[in-house]
Amino acid sequence: MDNVLTYMTFIPLAGAVVVLMLPNNAKLIRWFSAAVTVPPLAMAVWLFSHFDRAQAGFQFVEPYEWIPAYNIKYIMGIDGLSISMVLLTALLSFICIFASFGIDKAVKGYFSLFLMLDAGMMGVFCALDFFLFYVFWEMMLLPMYFLIGIWGGPRREYAAIKFFLYTLFGSVLMLLAILALYFALDPHTFDMRILIAESGRYSTKVLTIWPFNLWGWSFQHVIWMALFIGFAIKIPAFPFHTWLPDAHVEAPTAISVILAGVLLKMGTYGILRINFPMLPVATADLAYWFLGALGAWNIIYGAFCAMAQKDLKKLVAYSSVSHMGYVMLGMASFTTQGLNGAVLQMFNHGTITGMMFLLVGVVYDRAHHREINGFGGLAAIMPVYTGATALAFFASMGLPGLSGFISEILVLLGTWQKYPVLTILGASGVILTAGYLLWTIQRVYLGPPNEKYLKMPDINGREIFTLVPLGVIVIILGIYPGVVLDLLRASLDQINAIVIPHLHS
Amino acid sequence: MDLKNVASLTFFLPEIILSAAILLLIVLDLLAQNKRSLALVAVAACVGALIATFDLYSAQPGWLFHRMIVLDNFSLFFKVFALAATILCIWMSLGSNEIKTVHQGEYYTLLLTCALGMFFMASSSNLLMAYLSLELVSLTSYILTGFLPHNRRSSEAALKYLIYGGVASGTMIYGMSWIFGMTGSLDYAAIQTALGQNVYNKVALFIAFVFILAGFGYKIVFVPFHMWSPDVYQGAPTPFTAFLSVASNAAGMAIMIRFFYPGVSRVLPGGDWASLTGVEWPQVLLFLSMVTMTVGNFCALNQRNVKRMLAYSGIAHAGYMMMGLAILNNEGLQAVLFYIVVYLIMNLGAFLVVGMVANVTGDEDIENYRGLAWRGAIVPAVCLAVFLFSLTGLPPFAGFIGKFFLFSAVIRQGGAFAVLAVVAALNSVVSLYYYAKIIKTMFLDQPNPEAKTISIAVYDFSLMIPLTVLTLVLGIYFAPLAQYTSQSLRFFVK
Repeated sequence: MDNVLTYMTFIPLAGAVVVLMLPNNAKLIRWFSAAVTVPPLAMAVWLFSHFDRAQAGFQFVEPYEWIPAYNIKYIMGIDGLSISMVLLTALLSFICIFASFGIDKAVKGYFSLFLMLDAGMMGVFCALDFFLFYVFWEMMLLPMYFLIGIWGGPRREYAAIKFFLYTLFGSVLMLLAILALYFALDPHTFDMRILIAESGRYSTKVLTIWPFNLWGWSFQHVIWMALFIGFAIKIPAFPFHTWLPDAHVEAPTAISVILAGVLLKMGTYGILRINFPMLPVATADLAYWFLGALGAWNIIYGAFCAMAQKDLKKLVAYSSVSHMGYVMLGMASFTTQGLNGAVLQMFNHGTITGMMFLLVGVVYDRAHHREINGFGGLAAIMPVYTGATALAFFASMGLPGLSGFISEILVLLGTWQKYPVLTILGASGVILTAGYLLWTIQRVYLGPPNEKYLKMPDINGREIFTLVPLGVIVIILGIYPGVVLDLLRASLDQINAIVIPHLHS
Repeated sequence: MDLKNVASLTFFLPEIILSAAILLLIVLDLLAQNKRSLALVAVAACVGALIATFDLYSAQPGWLFHRMIVLDNFSLFFKVFALAATILCIWMSLGSNEIKTVHQGEYYTLLLTCALGMFFMASSSNLLMAYLSLELVSLTSYILTGFLPHNRRSSEAALKYLIYGGVASGTMIYGMSWIFGMTGSLDYAAIQTALGQNVYNKVALFIAFVFILAGFGYKIVFVPFHMWSPDVYQGAPTPFTAFLSVASNAAGMAIMIRFFYPGVSRVLPGGDWASLTGVEWPQVLLFLSMVTMTVGNFCALNQRNVKRMLAYSGIAHAGYMMMGLAILNNEGLQAVLFYIVVYLIMNLGAFLVVGMVANVTGDEDIENYRGLAWRGAIVPAVCLAVFLFSLTGLPPFAGFIGKFFLFSAVIRQGGAFAVLAVVAALNSVVSLYYYAKIIKTMFLDQPNPEAKTISIAVYDFSLMIPLTVLTLVLGIYFAPLAQYTSQSLRFFVK
């Protein structure tokens, strides 16, 4: 299949346009949108089966000219790092369409914007031209703004604009960095493959401009930091994380899933795809310790914040902050285990947190609130639902046998070789996570049933349908993580090999 | 090529067509029953002039009328631009309720006169000619601003505009007299030669430049000569505000580029320019650019009137464009030209929708936009959102490409200019806040139950959709326009 990545990206976009032209029939629009997400999912499965796991470089590359005068190209392609994200995006988009069937306000607009968002996400992970990457990156913001802003909760306007401003702040810095990289090479190019191959040519001479001369920063370091801030906002790394709880809490369920499952990954994906291989010297200088410490701090800080929350969705949001900390910690280790664990954690976090947000959505649809202390004894009222929640929560906690355990243990194994102290801090995050999740289970599901909710119906077929694929993946990856790890290894080793020679220790 | 008066007339056809149409419109105004037909005559004249202008691309560049005006690709670009803006403005006027109440014959006559003035602004190669053309544009603009009878805001705006304009152009001609006193000539080529051969007192040159900048700055609307713009934008009839915001700004850019680049600088091989004066005017422009975009964006944050908000946003955009002027190379100039075209499309589009809403609700208060998308105006709301996102500079819209070129020209220059790029980039984030405020009001807020539904005139619709499509298309495929703007950077020097 030629151009499969283009089809995966543009079928949803075409679907978004078609949705706008459909008659105003909510049922038709819902099912049509669901049908649109099937081909990308099928192609993702096809990619999974045809992906050459031994090859480290980019596969399924589609190079086309776009604006030759400026050497802007349309290049799509995937390697081990991006295929995991592409699979995740295709799967979560499919699931989230079904999770959105409850939307009844301006249905046409919602599903059209959702499909645009889908296209943007897919494009970000497939684009190998920096210009194209940036276009997709920004293209995603617009639908997200409206999806949170129109279909969100009570404080949706605030949450939407905050998300928008934070992300734009990061991306304009990224744009300047992209341009600086473009002009740094001669002939000027946006082609990421060339930018990575020529990474040795970016100046590492210390700049004479204050304050960079004090810090010993070179061109590479400045560009690294500009890109990093852009990506850190998306992760979100402390102290840029404050948009996340707001956006997550106000967004409709399916959008929370997409936010946590896919959008946060773009931050770490960007760092691994761009900062690491393109700016290896700066990565060795700045990411070592700094990124690891930031990751460990994210783990602990996110966990404590989660513990303090009274809103179920906010708790899950802060647990995301905490879990993305493992990704950063693993990346900073520059070891095979650490990097593989980090990317596996990106994938696992997408599935596990996706489940958690879907589950919160289930109870919110019934009770119309998310107060952790407002429930009690749901296990007796909704046994199936409680079982599903237990699976998701235990996976999130890192219970052996479920996917979260594998990625976290890999991360900690990797980091132990470089920074034992940070590893201990990170590992203590596991205990904190268990603390807040078990405490939540106790307050929401155990104890005497709340009188108010005795009549609450258990989880329905559609909701189970959205949860089952994720649950199955969580269990399979808990027992045999090789399914995903095999995809990653070659590419991640190659990225790691670019940075390692520049490490000081 | 250096032509005398009569020989020049062959290359003066667009101006002749416009002048004839101006006279014809005055006569037709007395005869025509249906005043709308006057608009058609005006459009026909513009189209005729447009064809004649394109025809001049095959002509050899040179001086006309004893070196008073110059014919080159650069002036032709701005002539085409002025005509396009005029046609779009007339089209917008057809759907506007404000214009229905005024003397349309005079309105279109003055509009064409203004366009004629812009022709001269783009092509003058003599300080005196530059001054006269600027005044021609200004005088017609004063009248058109105050064109709404019995409207206090309109009259007040015209008076403010007149006073600011008078001061600015007085200052400018004083600065020009200094140049004349030093170099002994008003002709750009002669000034350039004199600057290249002799050494002048830098302080005197600096003072002259600052005074001249006052006149340009007032046309382009940069800080600190921006005070008139919010009032004038708010008071003037909306189609003319749109025209003013793009065409007047562009003509100001044209006259400024012509003065500072082929006038007092010398082109080096490779597309860079060297200032001949020893005066650090690029630094002045760099500083003004940063101040202008910052002031514009921060003042726009709290505006409740959408036209005023767009006025401040216009100031900010003038600041962005000035980045391209401050870096002394052709990439920067090309980025400016590209931005001007993109700005025409998106800003005119935004004003078009603003005018449509004002047609129904009577004014431009942001309250009128509450829940616009849910009041039967989903298409205009989406189009306005596209224009505003494009103004913010988000892909995949044309405004992004405009900013992309400006930023890349600045970043390419490197060094201290990186600070300028960072300031401009952060400014786009600030601008998102107020553009998104309109979008929020339209989409995220629920409409008041008693709010009127918006009905769309066919003229507006037939303009709005192409502008929106163009904003999208230029955001994805901009190579032809980029090529056209880079070809337009051919100055005739001697």
